[in-house]
Amino acid sequence: MGFFLETLFGGLMAGMLYSLIALGFVLIYKASGVFNFAQGAMVLFAALAMARFSEWFPLWFHFDSKLLANLLAFVAAAAVMVVVAWLIERLCLSRLVNQEGITLLMATLGIAYFLDGLGQTLFGNDIYKIDVGMPKEPLLVLQGSFEGGVLISQEDLVAAVVAATLVALLALFFQKTSTGRALRAVADDHQAAQSIGIPLDRIWVIVWSVAGVVALVAGIIWGSKLGVQFSLSLVALKALPVVILGGLTSIPGAILGGLIIGVGEKLSEIYLGPMLGGGIEIWFAYVLALVFLLVRPQGLFGEKIIDRV
Amino acid sequence: MLYRENGQFKTSYRADQQIFPVLQDRVAMLGLLAIAFIVLPLAAPEYLFRAILIPFLILSLAALGLNILVGYCGQISLGTGAFMAVGAYAAYNFQVRIPGMPLIASLLLGGLCATAVGVLFGIPSLRIKGLYLAVATLAAQFFTDWAFLRISWFTNNSSSGSVSVSGLNVMGLSVESPVSRYLLCLGFVCVFALLAKNLVRSSIGREWMAMRDMDVAAAVIGIRPMYAKLTAFAVSSFIVGVAGALWGFVHLGAWEPAAFNIDRSFQLLFMVIIGGLGSISGSFIGAAFIILLPLLLNQVPMWFGIPLSTALASHLESMIFGALIVFFLIVEPHGLARLWSTAREKLRLWPFPH
Repeated sequence: MGFFLETLFGGLMAGMLYSLIALGFVLIYKASGVFNFAQGAMVLFAALAMARFSEWFPLWFHFDSKLLANLLAFVAAAAVMVVVAWLIERLCLSRLVNQEGITLLMATLGIAYFLDGLGQTLFGNDIYKIDVGMPKEPLLVLQGSFEGGVLISQEDLVAAVVAATLVALLALFFQKTSTGRALRAVADDHQAAQSIGIPLDRIWVIVWSVAGVVALVAGIIWGSKLGVQFSLSLVALKALPVVILGGLTSIPGAILGGLIIGVGEKLSEIYLGPMLGGGIEIWFAYVLALVFLLVRPQGLFGEKIIDRV
Repeated sequence: MLYRENGQFKTSYRADQQIFPVLQDRVAMLGLLAIAFIVLPLAAPEYLFRAILIPFLILSLAALGLNILVGYCGQISLGTGAFMAVGAYAAYNFQVRIPGMPLIASLLLGGLCATAVGVLFGIPSLRIKGLYLAVATLAAQFFTDWAFLRISWFTNNSSSGSVSVSGLNVMGLSVESPVSRYLLCLGFVCVFALLAKNLVRSSIGREWMAMRDMDVAAAVIGIRPMYAKLTAFAVSSFIVGVAGALWGFVHLGAWEPAAFNIDRSFQLLFMVIIGGLGSISGSFIGAAFIILLPLLLNQVPMWFGIPLSTALASHLESMIFGALIVFFLIVEPHGLARLWSTAREKLRLWPFPH
């Protein structure tokens, strides 16, 4: 039982991390109808920027406070992501308005190639460390109830708390601010939003910037776990089943989907894996999502698809 | 002046229904085939076959198959690499386990196995649509990646996990030299392109297109969605499977699952989109573009004599590749094939536009 709980907790926390990346997909899809395959590349780009800035700033400005370096690097990396968002909107998306979904998807794949190349050209292609002082030692809880207790990685716990905070902040932003209201209006109906004077292009820049900052947070957390390297951009592939399971247009869906996939993955790896020969994590998530979609084709909380002739 | 159909009168239905109704097109096509079948095998250097022509032919075959699914039936698939892998590994097993199996037969049987898997993964398309389906097809990709890596029966218990074929021959003729391999691929491509062209302009092709344009409306006028979608998956994955078998047998010779990973799927989707969705010739143009572009990008720094480290060169290459993809999507979202058809319309009126 203790072991089962441990796996369960591990799955829940891994799920929070997937949700963090899935959130970026959902934000952009909701506001612009673009399925952004470049999200993974954005995570890598942001993490590279963060890692290198926090390394360079102390050298450039001659100080050695780690906290200051990390803070400055975070601000600088966020600024870089905003610039990237603006450039993507200006140079690419604004010229592809009204194209079909698949053309936009391919364009974001092109952007992904570009960002992968650019990030590694600018910031180098070694493995870098991000050290924001995440606690590394595991935590032992529930020692009273089970023999041996339950081991929980503190790093995952912090990451899950950060993810939850970010989601809460985003929910506030979407519900309570006027920009958030404009974003929701654009998501509902581009034309209607435009007709009441909401500037589409500015909204898109905002939403890509927000997705960029979300990517930065995801990059910091994943980067400090795995190290910042090219394979970080593949993390997005693990978040895709989360997105479709939760529904492309739903932020709570991304969270719940992440938790389901995270738990499903870990439990299947432990209990089904040995039977099938191991390494089933990656496709199990997709098959889980596929089976779910057969029952609810629009995902858990996605908007119901209504076909009209 | 040179390209117009004035004076070319059709006097029978047969003449009216031919694939190339304009005489000049027929002449150009015959010329192209003559170059491909006669001039190139005589004149081209070995490097050209190995590095460009054979990969181009096989990948354009795969792109053709994908185009039937994505371009004609409107079902986005990101799992093409999986169907190629199924074709390749099935053909390998037929070749190795059945003594005296003819090469062509194992290639086609490999295609049939890919068809079965394709239909299986096509079944969700009856319920899941659009981008949800696209992501769901990734399940096929990751599952086959895993299956061919972990289940050793598929690789004939090979210890390294990679499989290889050798001593290929077609009806006693050895296909070991680059020229004969090229001709084998060319034969397959020509036959399948002709079949595909005829399929898409027959009733089933029209059903696919109706499905693509609006599936509910198509169902209302009496097209069975299940039949139309599953046949598209079947035909598409058959062609893709044969292409996969050719890729393994003829181009690589020895391969492991990584040869058919997700990058291959994206690459094929790029070919179809850059070339032109819903166009047979677009598949070829797209394949040529995607294959030649990296080769060209590799050469450019050398022409200017700029020394670049390999890492930097590959990053720059991926940057330029991505930027060019976006550029072409912006300039011509309907693909390069559309450029050609626009040019043809202009040519018909030239030099006296009314």
